[in-house]
Amino acid sequence: MTEKQLSATEQLMEQEADSLARAAIGAPKQPRSSLGRRVRSTVSAYGFLLPAIALVITFFIIPGILLIILSFTNLSSANFTEPWEFIGFANFERLFTDPFFPKILRNTVFYVFTTLIFFNLGLALVLALVTTNIPRRRGFFFRLVWLLPRLTPSVVYILMWKRIGSADPFGIYNQFMPEVLGASGGNLFLGGAPWAFVILTNGFVGASFGMIIFTSALMSIPEDLITAAKVDGASTWRIIRDIKLPLIKWPLLFIATYQTLSLLTSFEYILLLTEGGPGLFTTEVWALTAYKRAFSSYFGNSQWAFGATWAIVLVAVALVMAVLYVKIFKFNELVEEPRIENL
Amino acid sequence: MGSGKTGRFFSYAFLTLSIVPILVGYTWLVIATVSTRTRGLLPINAEGGIGGLTLGNWSFVFESAIWSAMLNSLLIAVAMVIGVGIASTSGGYALSRFKFPGRKGFLTGTLVLHAFKAEMLLIAIFFVLRWLGEIPLIGPYIGFNSVGGVALVMVALELPLGIWLMKGFFDNISWDMERAAMIDGAGRFRVWWQIMLPQVRPGIAALALFTFIAGWNAYLVPFTFTIGTKVANMPVYLNQLISDTAPVNWNQVAAVGLFQMIPLIIFFIFTQELLLNIYAGGSKGT
Repeated sequence: MTEKQLSATEQLMEQEADSLARAAIGAPKQPRSSLGRRVRSTVSAYGFLLPAIALVITFFIIPGILLIILSFTNLSSANFTEPWEFIGFANFERLFTDPFFPKILRNTVFYVFTTLIFFNLGLALVLALVTTNIPRRRGFFFRLVWLLPRLTPSVVYILMWKRIGSADPFGIYNQFMPEVLGASGGNLFLGGAPWAFVILTNGFVGASFGMIIFTSALMSIPEDLITAAKVDGASTWRIIRDIKLPLIKWPLLFIATYQTLSLLTSFEYILLLTEGGPGLFTTEVWALTAYKRAFSSYFGNSQWAFGATWAIVLVAVALVMAVLYVKIFKFNELVEEPRIENL
Repeated sequence: MGSGKTGRFFSYAFLTLSIVPILVGYTWLVIATVSTRTRGLLPINAEGGIGGLTLGNWSFVFESAIWSAMLNSLLIAVAMVIGVGIASTSGGYALSRFKFPGRKGFLTGTLVLHAFKAEMLLIAIFFVLRWLGEIPLIGPYIGFNSVGGVALVMVALELPLGIWLMKGFFDNISWDMERAAMIDGAGRFRVWWQIMLPQVRPGIAALALFTFIAGWNAYLVPFTFTIGTKVANMPVYLNQLISDTAPVNWNQVAAVGLFQMIPLIIFFIFTQELLLNIYAGGSKGT
């Protein structure tokens, strides 16, 4: 990558040296045709974009194509020295007839929507509403504490939750909570309440993103609007329902779609916390299945092709959602023509 | 939330209650690092009573494994800051200031990739890295099971966000100075380097902080693309301690965890406002 980058830089520097030299000898600037200018501009633009293009091709485009190809082979660590053998749609048949397929699908839907509704959207909104309703510094303090889980390395963060849910006498929850609230004395994240822990760990990280976005949206609501409503005797609840919520409709929709996609494809915390257990596929979601099939040596064998098949389905869903989301939020309107060219 | 005093009371009660799990987690982490054992949140000595404080958990700082892991973490983080920095500031500038065929496609592509989650491509990236490893001379430094390879993948994954952020910063800069320089005959590269970059310094700082943290905390990509201890970074090293077959020394694990959070704690104390802003970066343009 560095070599390509250098050559782009050199090329640009040459162009620049050229114009400098002309300035030095006082030569008049050659009148350039509009076409010449456009070609030059295109060349420089691609020069500036070269590092990004090289990286995107290597780590997005090629892997994307490769994933499709892989899903039609039977490549695994057992036969990777042999030429790739294409087996048609056999992987897809195997995927949809997998005895655990319904369970994994149910798990994924349950995990995505529960976390989204209660944390990434619900709690995020409540946190934003409450922290903007108290003095500024204090609201800032609470939002900052809520940012901590996102800042913490995932391994350390999950380590904390594991200790909270550990079996007696080490587990913090078991130590301090009465039995009515589910403190059984046993391990909670691998026994009593695995789903609660999976959703809590993801939700405590997920909520802060929405919270920050909603907060800045709420803060940009003109104060007069709220004051006028208060003068008219509107209750806090009515101000929220009739003024605040309609005004942050777009951020709400943005977080809902963006986080649905995030949750659908994320599995790092689940991998660290339960690895999809306890037992068979209890907390295993689609993305984790793809990863585990490819890398966790099921039956002593990394089934790359089968993992790729699980992944490609998610990639297709994610791509469609990403395109839709760019369309819904009319990002294209931000893509206005730059003016600098019209000197 | 009502209005008046009861509303205030419930607001604070709710917020305080909501952060209890977070505070409990960190409290345990800190207490555990200086205890021989813990029961719940309490340090426990050999007799089972409260006490038994020790600094013994920190003895890992004398082992070379932790420093090699730290060096790898630092290499990944710094490579990310530089790599994402160069590719995003140059790419973002091109998208913000040039009119060229394909511009619209690049912008839409950046946005789609930004929303798209690349974790699903890891299986295929595994093969790309193995092929990169076959390149003569530089292969061993950028291929599978190398710190450079991990850094390259991480740079690529953060790139859509970086380009989009930097484009936003460039868009907000008036083009008067740039135009003046170009009329005076300065080339595009010099305009970018000498005039534009100094003006987007706050953006570069924000992006650098964000990518440093992402690189420092990276677990999934290093875990997937490295084997063994030599190229492990801090999170991977810590996870190796936890999943050891021997009984886990949780207190030492906690100490290693706190140790790797030192730079984050420093950022957290000194760049609070910036942190809250950059983690909203994904929303640019809504």
